[in-house]
Amino acid sequence: MTDTDHTPVLHPASPPLDWTYATSREASDLVSVQDRYGLFIDGDFHRPASKRYLTSINPATEEPLAEVAEAGPRDVERAVTSARKAFPMWSRLPAAERAKYLFRIARMVQERSRELAVLETLDGGKPIKESRDVDLPLVAAHFFYHAGWADKLEYAFPGLKPEPLGVAGQVIPWNFPLLMLAWKVAPALATGNTVVLKPAETTPLTALHFAQITAEAGLPPGVFNVVTGAGATGAALVSSGVDKIAFTGSTEVGKEIRRRLAGTGKRLSLELGGKGAHIVFADAPLDQAIEGTINGIFFNQGHVCCAGSRLLVQESIAEVFLDKLRSRLEILRVGDPLDKNTDVGAINSASQLERIEALVETGRQEGAEIFQPSCALPERGYWFRPTVFTGVSQSHRIAQEEIFGPVLSVLTFRTPDEAVEKANNTPYGLAAGVWTTKGSRILWMADRLRSGVVWANTYNKFDPASPFGGYKESGFGREGGRHGLLAYLKAEGM
Amino acid sequence: MSDRLDVRKTYKLFIGGEFPRSESGRSYPALDVDGAVVARVAQASRKDVRDAVRAARAAQEGWAGRTGYNRGQILYRVAEMLEDRAAGFVEQLKIGGSSRRQAEVEVEQSIDRIVWYAGWCDKFAQVLGNLNPVAGPFFNISTPEPTGVVAIIAPEKPALLGVVSRLAPVLVPGNTAVLVTSSSLPLPAATFAEALATSDVPGGVINILTGAAAELTPWLAGHMDVDAIDLTGSDPSLVEAAELAAADNVKRVVRFDAADSQSPYQIAAFTETKTVWHPKGL
Repeated sequence: MTDTDHTPVLHPASPPLDWTYATSREASDLVSVQDRYGLFIDGDFHRPASKRYLTSINPATEEPLAEVAEAGPRDVERAVTSARKAFPMWSRLPAAERAKYLFRIARMVQERSRELAVLETLDGGKPIKESRDVDLPLVAAHFFYHAGWADKLEYAFPGLKPEPLGVAGQVIPWNFPLLMLAWKVAPALATGNTVVLKPAETTPLTALHFAQITAEAGLPPGVFNVVTGAGATGAALVSSGVDKIAFTGSTEVGKEIRRRLAGTGKRLSLELGGKGAHIVFADAPLDQAIEGTINGIFFNQGHVCCAGSRLLVQESIAEVFLDKLRSRLEILRVGDPLDKNTDVGAINSASQLERIEALVETGRQEGAEIFQPSCALPERGYWFRPTVFTGVSQSHRIAQEEIFGPVLSVLTFRTPDEAVEKANNTPYGLAAGVWTTKGSRILWMADRLRSGVVWANTYNKFDPASPFGGYKESGFGREGGRHGLLAYLKAEGM
Repeated sequence: MSDRLDVRKTYKLFIGGEFPRSESGRSYPALDVDGAVVARVAQASRKDVRDAVRAARAAQEGWAGRTGYNRGQILYRVAEMLEDRAAGFVEQLKIGGSSRRQAEVEVEQSIDRIVWYAGWCDKFAQVLGNLNPVAGPFFNISTPEPTGVVAIIAPEKPALLGVVSRLAPVLVPGNTAVLVTSSSLPLPAATFAEALATSDVPGGVINILTGAAAELTPWLAGHMDVDAIDLTGSDPSLVEAAELAAADNVKRVVRFDAADSQSPYQIAAFTETKTVWHPKGL
């Protein structure tokens, strides 16, 4: 080696570079999980009259995290009474003051964002990079956005005199526990309603920590209440004396709620299942479309109602596109949700894993061709490999039913008309994606896709200012944006 | 008075732009305020409901595909046809017990209501939709689109204004309709169908069934190809069963405070908000 040669040379004595993966684990000690949580009613935590508790476990380890009260009908009634009692005060509070409570809550969520993100990941199994970079920022944004509406409602709907409904009963799912809370609670409170919230059985913890935040924020007792429990608790809330039910969850349960409310005159909004079509035209930017497709179905393990679970790829590029897709699948990192590099975390529960496995087995039996990457899976916990089915026809159950897991069904099309026909051929209508570089085609497609959200050259984007909700059996009512306020307002003539 | 025998009208259903009798072969008497039989009208059945929904579905995409400007002109044309037949409607409303003055007011309001809604066709999307200022480099817009096929149970009274008030906000955004008329006062609605047939409303966009609302409501509420049902005019005793049946396909159930009111938010009730995202960038 001469003095002028700057080429770095490994010292002959250096050991060979070690390329084995080194984990990058988020610290979990900044969240203190209590052994046991009561029900948050009238501004404080209470032991349940039912005297029953459920155990919430970490789906990545199957280890128990905490015991959580299982509210019975008496507990639910108590919470509804507390919300009812608080309603006159809360609804008559000067709207600008109501706004400031919500601004304050938004700020406190930001301050405790990392703690809540870790708790969300522990309780639900989603990758920390998602709870940290997607869920929590959106939670704070939802409160901040809706806070500002509280004293501007008369400008939202020309000619209407908006009034709150009263007590809103809200039943939310386990896929985005704190974000779904924010979607429901922020608009309800901003419009002057009081709330009884029923978090999902498997993911109650962040809602309970959020309840602590509302208490610290000085939110008047009774304005926000949490009743934890399973399906029976939700059913008790639906049958209680609330003025409105807002539900996010499966289409099956949504229909049951609709039936229970028949003839009661109670207001209802439903955000239900989906079978989103992700349509890729031959002229699409293929590498971007690959990333969009991956994000569309593997974001949050596919536990997403608007997941792009059906890929419709134009026949002329199908082979190339699927090759790229399979290569991309091979480098997805599946495993420890607390690892900052993890792409696909744990399946939320044993029962959800069973459902995914059963539908995937159906896919095999119906003759579709399965592809899964060779990645190793942790020994404990609930896991499912990212899965792509090709050779799927429209009548296959995996092309019609919501799997709610990391499973993509691939179909092909030749013409734009055929793409529209296939995309719309489900009872659902929540979300669709279109990838093409031709602007007029995007707008033509967007006009014809029967779904509440159309993502063009992007997918799975969310914002508090953007209304979200479905057509057909994906539910009714919108959440977010100006439109979402109407779900919590009484207005003359409506 | 001459000795000439008058020619009475046979009142039939209005499905797909045609006037069939009920598939069931049934008819029932329409009575005047004193209980005398004025005419017999077709009594629609479940199969007529099926045919009407099929016609409404077939017409929906085309109706929604027209421009708002075009739908507005067609609705305005309906008002023209009504104005032309105003005297006839007044006579039919009188048969149902209205005074001449009451009947004239109802006909005038009905015509003006259609004109009012006609003007909304190319405006409601501007009032009900908007750009959303999302926190990122995206174009993001929400627009109202038609829900699809809408069933309407018209109120028993007012027999004409009730039909017009319930129908117009459904048609404005591009929905098609299957309307069940007042059971006791079906004649104005049946005659309204004849006015529609001579306007430019495409066949199948509006389908009108005379008969017993109590019999037809459950079939419409449970029909898997009906996207929404307006029960504003419905007898309250039918609502619970209808809402139960409506759950099967997550049908939108709409009930306004008053059956004969007008509002752009009544148009909104028969729309779905679609939000489209696109990235901005070079």
